[in-house]
Amino acid sequence: MTGFRAADGGGPVIPNFGQGSSCIRHNGWFCTEWVREHWGDILQPALIQHIELALIAVGIGFAISFLLALVGFRWRLFDAPLGAFTDVLYTIPSIALFQLLVPITGLTVTTIEVALVSYTFFVLYRNIVAGLRGVPAEVLESARGMGFTRMQTFFRVELPLAVPAIVAGLRVAVVATISVATVAAIVIYYGLGGPIFDALGQPDIFRTELVAAGGLAILLALTADALLALTQRALTPWNRVR
Amino acid sequence: MPSEAAELVFDEATKVYEGREGAAVDHLSLTVPAGEICVLVGPSGGGKTTALKLVNRLIPLTSGYIRIDGKQIGDYDVTELRRSIGYVIQQVGLFPHMTIESNIGTVPKLLGWKRERIRDRVGELLELVGLDPVQDRKRFPAELSGGQRQRVGLARALAANPPLMLMDEPFGAIDPIVRARLHDAFLRLQRELRKTVLFVTHDIDEAIKVGDRIAILRQGGRLAQYDTPEQVLEHPVDEFVADFVGHDRALKALSLKTLGELDLAPASGADGLPRLTADTSQRDALALLVDERRDAILVTDAAGSPLGVATREQMIG
Repeated sequence: MTGFRAADGGGPVIPNFGQGSSCIRHNGWFCTEWVREHWGDILQPALIQHIELALIAVGIGFAISFLLALVGFRWRLFDAPLGAFTDVLYTIPSIALFQLLVPITGLTVTTIEVALVSYTFFVLYRNIVAGLRGVPAEVLESARGMGFTRMQTFFRVELPLAVPAIVAGLRVAVVATISVATVAAIVIYYGLGGPIFDALGQPDIFRTELVAAGGLAILLALTADALLALTQRALTPWNRVR
Repeated sequence: MPSEAAELVFDEATKVYEGREGAAVDHLSLTVPAGEICVLVGPSGGGKTTALKLVNRLIPLTSGYIRIDGKQIGDYDVTELRRSIGYVIQQVGLFPHMTIESNIGTVPKLLGWKRERIRDRVGELLELVGLDPVQDRKRFPAELSGGQRQRVGLARALAANPPLMLMDEPFGAIDPIVRARLHDAFLRLQRELRKTVLFVTHDIDEAIKVGDRIAILRQGGRLAQYDTPEQVLEHPVDEFVADFVGHDRALKALSLKTLGELDLAPASGADGLPRLTADTSQRDALALLVDERRDAILVTDAAGSPLGVATREQMIG
């Protein structure tokens, strides 16, 4: 292997000068040969790890946000404090949050996930509550007048009508998580942040690796966003007819 | 609750909102006979909508009683009560995420009807309210006009064949031409279905047009008069009612009477007179006479053969 990054885990990056490929010596903006050579051992594993990071973070983040939103929706009293709580979490700079968590959860993927999950609350909580609250008063009144129970109103009326707002929140959360997750490599070498940090760690930034890993992160975000947009269209046929 | 029309009785029904001075509905007592349309009308603040919502317990009674078919509303299970009462509101409140079919089938589904039975019933109802039972079934509310949506609202309220309908300004948000068409459709339906209907409006003309009986409520939710439209127009009990009914109440009364109700003079030698059929309202006939500067009209049957002559004096007199 002609690369110069440390093998695995969170070990120190030991540059390996002098014997790199021509891609490294010339260090142009993008060198296809390097990408082809290191797709299997660097880029693909990093991409898969990154998808994993984002899926778990948004999945857990959504589950917790949904429960919090139910509390804030059902008992208005809790709405403002919960909203403020998610605000505060979101204002913590990501690098600081990762470092703050290390003493508690160590140099582990858990540390990364805890931080990523807590960032999703901000947009998800607000969007879910707003979606549930956004049901027109006359729709709720007719539901009540026709003899829906509280549960039936929630599952048959409020929740389906909140889907557009919820999916909109998920789209923002997914894109933001994919982006912030690259910074997580400051904790351990994991996800697309790994190769990005590697490239930046070189005395003369290794451009091909930076562009390739960064580009993959962007592509991943765009793809996830597009998939969610399609999901929403499929889930809300009634929203298309206007 | 039986599915035939039910008698609705307000017995000293009173609603006082906490922290608000005076009652919203004040010792309201009236009986709506089974199969009749009772219109609650009055100025805003008269408690019409509150009175209506007391019936399906969207608003709880403070004191007094409301009985449907002799049974107090408090003795029904609240969801069961609501499912057995048709409810139509001004803003319709269709479920935007459901097709017209699912909207209309809402209450039958809550009641656990079989899928085929719901499908058949929806088709029947779409036809009944003048929509296309094939094409409109799969559409969403956003694809319909305001008038069509209110027809769906009416169909949805009728779906489980309720013995009682509550209609809260059902045609209030619809332009006058479409509204007149909906009135006719509704009255045609009612002649067939004979539901007991409690209908709220602030529009006295609408009340006169649709009501078998009119209950006029004044500020503070007190009943001023409860009578047939003719009685309300011709014998208002006090100044408030006379005022509310309007200074043109004599004309309005004429709109309730047809030419056929007059004692017609023999039709001989009446060739040059304008002709109208016997089912034309006296108000329309008078309008024609004023318009054409004439004093008499030749009344004919539906086929156009002369029945007799009606004069301007007969109508005004």
